[in-house]
Amino acid sequence: MKKISVMLVAVLILVLVLAFVAAKLTGSTTRAGAKTLTIYNWGDYIDPTLITKFEKKYGYRVVYQTFDSNEAMLTKIQQGGTSFDLIVPSDYMISKMRDEHLLLPINMKNVPNLKNVDSRFMNLSFDPNNRYSVPYFWGTVGIVYNPKMLGGDKITSWNDLWDKNYKNQILLVDSAREIIGMGLNSLHYSVNDTNEKHLDQTLRKLKRLTPNIKAIVGDENKLLLPRREAAIGVLWSGDAVEIMDENPELTYVIPKEGSNVWFDNMAIPKGATNKKGAEEFINFMLDPRNAAKNAEYVGYATPDKAAMRYLPKKIKNDKRFYPDKKLTDRLEVYDNFSKPMNAKFNELFLEFKMSHH
Amino acid sequence: MTKKLTNIYLIPYALWIGLFVLAPLAMVLYYSFFTIQGHFSFVNYLRFFTPIYLKMAVSSIGYAFLITLFTLLIAYPTAYLLTRLKNRRLWLLLIILPTWINVLLKAYAFIGLLGTYGLANSLAALIGIGRQQILFTGFSFVFVSVYLFIPFMILPIYNSLEKLNSSYVDAAHDLGASAGATFRRVIFPLTLEGVKSGCQAVFIPALSLFMLTRLIAGNRVITLGTAIEEHFLVTQDWGMGATIAVFLILAMVIVMALMGKGGLKRW
Repeated sequence: MKKISVMLVAVLILVLVLAFVAAKLTGSTTRAGAKTLTIYNWGDYIDPTLITKFEKKYGYRVVYQTFDSNEAMLTKIQQGGTSFDLIVPSDYMISKMRDEHLLLPINMKNVPNLKNVDSRFMNLSFDPNNRYSVPYFWGTVGIVYNPKMLGGDKITSWNDLWDKNYKNQILLVDSAREIIGMGLNSLHYSVNDTNEKHLDQTLRKLKRLTPNIKAIVGDENKLLLPRREAAIGVLWSGDAVEIMDENPELTYVIPKEGSNVWFDNMAIPKGATNKKGAEEFINFMLDPRNAAKNAEYVGYATPDKAAMRYLPKKIKNDKRFYPDKKLTDRLEVYDNFSKPMNAKFNELFLEFKMSHH
Repeated sequence: MTKKLTNIYLIPYALWIGLFVLAPLAMVLYYSFFTIQGHFSFVNYLRFFTPIYLKMAVSSIGYAFLITLFTLLIAYPTAYLLTRLKNRRLWLLLIILPTWINVLLKAYAFIGLLGTYGLANSLAALIGIGRQQILFTGFSFVFVSVYLFIPFMILPIYNSLEKLNSSYVDAAHDLGASAGATFRRVIFPLTLEGVKSGCQAVFIPALSLFMLTRLIAGNRVITLGTAIEEHFLVTQDWGMGATIAVFLILAMVIVMALMGKGGLKRW
């Protein structure tokens, strides 16, 4: 009995000490004064030296936190609690948050570098006139494949995936919008098509792909594809960059029928305590040298046209990750679906997954 | 006085049960009556009886059954062997040890082991069977799940074997029962309680496995757990997710009732 009480007291003391240290730590980092800038971004999505540079130049102290999905980020913003000054949601999430009045308009007077952004990536459907957002990185959905494993075959289109020779060779990303979108594209429909008949047709076509599908996976594809577990993967361009870094045998293609183009964007959430700092940060990140440095570090494509000058030729001339206008014209941004339509896409996807044994 | 005191002692337990068991169950039930647009209706329950979800339910129960069966087949002899060993505590610790490692970590390890160029296939290639697809099959799903659940089956069986009075076994032998008959008529019936709690500890979580269906089975196995995860995290159709959860809870209640009321006792 005595032993137990001694242990309990010890645990209690430990908890108190830890609580004190924790309070001390958070107290010194999240005190929301004018001199702090709290950024909420995707994990591993910025060159950390840029944060130091920004702190030195503007005299703010940056608090940097990360999330791993748009939905997780949304929940945290909705709950309040921490006041973030700058967030980086994807395209459809920008419209969603705008409609829910969770974003503040950006004062572009404080963002003169906006002129550096490629006009192709301005004024997009999810945020007309860029009232609430400025693009940060962009990319596509496409096919990464290992030509050596396919006997030198070249894949150029979604429909190539239905080839009978590719039995059990494809890894699909476990995401409803991407895969249903791929099916729609393969039938030359828009990724935003919600026509009942077209969707039925798409499901039937996708079900015919099942003999070629090895697995439907998440981030594990970045582990599996370089190890030659399968020859073909359907995924996001940023993942493709990582995979190709690890195994240069692989290459990436944006299918010719068209595909999705996505944007992650800097935005200022409601409740920001340092709006001016956030705008300064947006401007700082659009500076050509900084944007180039960031793009080189992260590996995704920068929408900053002026930054091209500072990017190595090998990167900026790579049409696979910096497709030209001719190709981007064929790419579509996802519309923000209503909840029921989102549910419908997911149920179709579930039915497709059920047919794959 | 003593009555009052016991009542006071009950408070933390009652609070715990109320807040963390009953309240969540009530909320699951409540949410299950709302459509994605937030209207009250029974539509989710009707949706459960469409082919997609029924097929999913059948496959979940089928796989959970297989997993439980194989776990039992491996765990019982192991537990029996354990009771005969010298350093039981050490062996028991070694069996429990893997449960301290995070499930995801173990799953990732299996991706490496079972992959086309993993250890298992290299071995198969070496002995001339050739590389097979092991990862992303129903087999790998059952195999890895059984591996994960074995400790939870061994422990209760081991406990009841420990409690078994060895004079019963001796008596059976003295009265001329063969080893098989002793096991069937004496040992197994007397350790049935352990088997039952082991089966419950495996079957119920096996019904709602979800990460493994993607990591190890590559979504070739879709269980109700997968669907719940998707409805809560992706679709945000909490109503449908809750409805599936209600059916899972029902299935568990049925299993527990069967186990409790002699479903197995008739053996």
